[in-house]
Order: sequence, then C-alpha cells, then structure tokens
Amino acid sequence: MDIYATLIAILESSIRLCIPLVFACLAGLWSEKSGVVDIGLEGKMLVAAFASAAAAGATNSAFIGLGAGIIAAVTFALIHGFAAISQRGNQIVSGVAINMLAAGLTALVGNAWYAQGGRTTPLEGNARFLPLTWPGAEVIDQIPLIGPIYAHLISGHSILAYCALAATVASAFVLRHTRFGLRIRAVGENPAAVDTAGVSVTRLRYTAVIIAGVLCGFAGSYLSLGQAAGFLTNMTAGKGFIALAALIFAKWRAWPAMWTCFLFGLLDAVAIRLQGVSVPGIGQIPVQAIQALPYLMTVILLAGFIGKAIPPKASGLPYVKER
Amino acid sequence: MSAPIELPKWADVSLVPILAVIVAFLIAGLVVLGIGESPVKATVLLIKGALGSGEGIGYTLYYATNFIFTGLAVAIAFHAGLFNIGGEGQATMGGLGAALVCLRLDFLPWYIVLPLAIMGAMAMGALWAFIPGYLQVKRGSHVVITTIMFNFLAATLVVYLLVNVIGKPGSMSPETRVFEASAHLPYLHEAFAFFGMTIPKSPLNLSFILALLASVFVWILVWHTRLGYAIRTVGHSPTAATYAGISIGRITMITMAMSGALAGLLAVNEILGVQGRLLLEFSSGYGFIGIAVALMGRAHPVGIILASILFGMLYQGGTELSFEMPRVTRDMIVAISGLVILFAGALDGLIRRPVAGVFARLLKKGA
Repeated sequence: MDIYATLIAILESSIRLCIPLVFACLAGLWSEKSGVVDIGLEGKMLVAAFASAAAAGATNSAFIGLGAGIIAAVTFALIHGFAAISQRGNQIVSGVAINMLAAGLTALVGNAWYAQGGRTTPLEGNARFLPLTWPGAEVIDQIPLIGPIYAHLISGHSILAYCALAATVASAFVLRHTRFGLRIRAVGENPAAVDTAGVSVTRLRYTAVIIAGVLCGFAGSYLSLGQAAGFLTNMTAGKGFIALAALIFAKWRAWPAMWTCFLFGLLDAVAIRLQGVSVPGIGQIPVQAIQALPYLMTVILLAGFIGKAIPPKASGLPYVKER
Repeated sequence: MSAPIELPKWADVSLVPILAVIVAFLIAGLVVLGIGESPVKATVLLIKGALGSGEGIGYTLYYATNFIFTGLAVAIAFHAGLFNIGGEGQATMGGLGAALVCLRLDFLPWYIVLPLAIMGAMAMGALWAFIPGYLQVKRGSHVVITTIMFNFLAATLVVYLLVNVIGKPGSMSPETRVFEASAHLPYLHEAFAFFGMTIPKSPLNLSFILALLASVFVWILVWHTRLGYAIRTVGHSPTAATYAGISIGRITMITMAMSGALAGLLAVNEILGVQGRLLLEFSSGYGFIGIAVALMGRAHPVGIILASILFGMLYQGGTELSFEMPRVTRDMIVAISGLVILFAGALDGLIRRPVAGVFARLLKKGA
C-alpha cells in the first residue's frame, strides 16, 4: 500500500504542476492554429501572475486577481497581435520582446511597489485559489484503491484545475466541430482561401490571439494564486517554453496537448521526488536528466526521429491581402 | 521583415534605430515616473554612473564586450536569414569549453592555456549552434525552436556537471575550483601597467580587444569574402542562392556554427577574464539582449559596437542608479531591451512609415 500511496501522491502533484502548462499550451494552440507563432507564452504568464497577485492582494479576492491577470495577459497578447497581424512584423522577434518586457517590468514594478526583492506580499484565504474538497472525500479516502483516487486525484484541486480541463474540452470541441474553429484552422493553413471566402483574416487572428491571452491569464493566475501564495520574480521559470514544447509534442492538438502537459508535469513531480533518492539497481538518478527530458524529447520529435510534428502551414507568416 | 518601405540608406541604418531607442526610453521613462521617481534624475544618475568616472567607463566597456559578442552572433545569423535565439545556451557551453581546458591544462604557461581555452569556448559554442543548424538542414526542425530547447539543455547540463562532475569538492555552491593564474586573461589595467601606464581598475580585460577583432572579422567575412556573399544571398533570397549553385544547407550549418562560436566567446570575457572559474548563470541574459543589440545595430559590426556601448552604459549606469534609487532596479534594463527589440524589430514599421512619409514630402518639395 505504501507504494500505492506514493504513486497517488506523485500523480496528485503531477496534476498540480501540469495545470499552468495546460493553460499555456492551449493558448499556444489557439494562437498557432490561427497562424500566429507565439513564443511569448512565458512573458504573458509572467505578467498575468504578477497582476493577479497584485490585484488579489489589494482586494483580497482571488477572482478579481484572476480578472486582472487576464487583462494583463490580453494586453500583452494584443501587443503581439498588433506587431504580428497589423504591422506584419517578425513574430519571433515580437515574442522575444514580450518575454523580456514582461520579465523586466514585473521585477521592476514588483520591487518598487512591495520592496521585497520582487516578491508581492504573501496572500492567504480568499485572495488565493485553495483546493476544493469534494463531498465525502475524507470518508471515501478510507476505501482501499479507489478511495485515494477520488480524494486526491478527482477532488482536492483548486477551481482553476477544473477550468483547465474545461478549457481543453472546449478548445478541442470548438476547433474541431464548429464553423469558427474551422475558420481558425483554415486561417492558419491557407489565409488566402479564408480571405477569398469573404472572412476577415485579421479579425480571426486577433480573436485567436485574445483567446491565447485569456488562457495565459489563467495560467499566470494559477501560478501566483493557486500553486504559490504570491508572486516571485521570474516565477514562470521556463514553463512557457515547456508549454511550447508540449504543443509541438502534441502536434498542435488539444487533447494530446493536455496529456503531454500531464506527462511533463509527471516528469517534474518525479524529479522532485527523486531528489537525493537512490533507486535500487540504478543508483542515484540525476534530477537534471529528468528535467531535461521535455526539451530533449521535443528536439528529438521535431527532428522527426519519432513521428513527425508539422506546424500549421501559414504559421509565422504575416498575411498580405492581394490588391 | 515587413513590407519594404523606401528610405534613404543612411536614414534606415541610423535614424530608424535611434528613433526606436528614443521611443523605448520614453516608455521606460513613463514607467519610472509611474513608480514615483523622476526619469530626468534617473537619466542623469545613469549617465553619470556609466561615464562619470574612469572606473565607470571601464565597467561600461566590460559589459559592452559581452554585448558585442552576442550581438555579432545574432547578426551573422540574421544575414543568412536565420534567427539564433540560443545565445544563452551557446555562451553557457562556451563557458564549459573554456573551463574544461583550464581545469586540465592550467599548469601550462599562459601562451598555451589561453589560446586553447578560447578555442574551447568557441568550439563548444559552435557545437551548440551547429546541432540545431544541422537538424534544420537534415531533419527539418526549425532553428528557432531547437535553439530555445538547447538553451535549457545547456543550463541543465552545466548544472549537472558542476554538481556531480567538475564542481569543487566540498563546496556548497555549484562552481569549479579557481583556475591558476596562467589561465587568467589580463585586465586592461594590468596590461597598461605592464607598459608603465595607469588606468582605473575595472573588470575590463583583453576580451574587449578580442571583441573588436571579432567585429572586424565579421565585417570582412560578411561583406568581403565569397562565403559572406553566399551567406547574404541565402538570407536575401534562398531561391536565387539555389540557382547560383550555393548550398543552402551548407551555408546554414556554417553560419550557425560561426554564430555559436561568437556567442561562446562571451565566456572568454566572463570566465577567463573576470570570474576565473566556471559558475552558474554567468551568461545572465546577455544572449537575449544580444538580439536587441543586433536589431539596433542593423546587423552591422559598427552599429553593433555602438549599440553594445549603449547597452553597456545602461548596465553599468543602471547598477549605479539602483544604489542611488533603490526603487529603480537593473531589471529596468531588461524591460528597455524588450522595448528596443519591439520597436527596432517587430514594430519597426511604426517608425519607418512616418519617417518615410517625411522623406517623401521633403523630396517632393525639393523637386
């Protein structure tokens, strides 16, 4: 039973660790499906995390914090959108700029406002998204095998975790089965065709970029209000890039995106668990090897050694309407 | 990058980047105002900190050295139409290359160790950029994504090596032992003292000269050699390059390797020049700011040197500024670089279009 309890504990923390990745990965999915490459996920998450923590701290409401996070991330998404769609600028350059701007501004303003080396004041109670306990979780926990699954994997997460699942369902459905989703996908593959059909390429891409901003807002909020109790300088620590890797790994599809994020969350959880532990027969596994796996797997996948990841055809290309 | 907007060449290479920087500074000024400090006072303190003393100038040029290397690295890739955002990782690996040489061979005299260490830095940096280039050419994975991933791979690899393999035994912090004196690249004040002259002490070392040499090298290579011509052709028009019989794949791999070697040289300044040991995160963001430098310098060595000195001033002045005004930390420089990248890069149409409009009107009047 002890091994089973450990397994449950690892899976539980995998879920916690994968939530921000899922949101950010779906954000990337929306943006890139519409043809706008987004390496600024990291920066958008970071501003959202900061804005959420600042607003939640000021109002003592996690939901107002979430709203502020979304507004901040959408603002940055619109800068990226403006550069990529209206100005037809280089989308990679714009993404790099977004990341640096976010890293610099959050640290600068955070330090100036709170004078704690970039931290915000610690949050508690209503200012945070605390784990929700589902009815009867404690009683059911006693049931062997199935009990802990209900108590720790289904119950016991913050509302945002369930939002991440809902966002996956919604993204998968909308992109796959609605006219709007079809148009988003079309605009990422062949914008000229969409234009010929009399649908505005610009408008579709802006919509997708804004959706990406909203999702990054959720991701950032989860970091500073759910996972941690406040903002820390550079608290995204590369999660935006892991999400990008997951997006490639999932070959730009919503459900695989969620599972890949879960896998990367699991790797993270295992790495934390294995810190300083000696595995019988193998010895001590270097934590760095596990941490490097998501990046390494993505490189290998991209290089076509295990299947092939092909991005939307028009991604990264600005659309110039013919005259 | 965006639709071509007609401008006289001098305006394109000087006016547009200068205006981009001015816009970036105005926005940064608003942020400073927003956190309740005077932007004018901050600017004065910044300039005084950067240029107000011999020591300040030394520090400014020391930081500029890093930016010249990473700026050149990004620029040379630009010329081949490649975007190398892996400068961080390549510099980190450069540090590893230099450190491996020094740890093994620093019992030898300086004239053997130093060249080998510099070559080690270049080789490892080149390798870390060559692989993404190779993967793009042979396996079709895009250089941008691969170099991002390689940044993280380099970081984790160096952590692993410092903790488990080459770290100083018994030390809590992940770093190697201090190298012998023979592996130390002389400070400029030491070099001047050798000739009997005194200049203020600062971390400025001979890497600065190396950076200037690298700039000349890039200038000759890109504009005055067959290879440079091939690189620019590939960057300008891959189809034309193919027709001319230039192998795009070969040029891509060679350019990436050179780009990585240049980024790797950052380690010469930081590891051989200043730290004297390998430690974590010595590349602290220089690789990314190199993108701002290359964009601002319009990918030309002269522009890059000027842009590097500006960013060196920001770094040094920003450090001094944060002592005087604790509310304005050096993070502001990161934000300013982001703004410069935005306005000199992705949004440069915003600046070029009005400038082109003004020129068009002037020309009409003149006619």
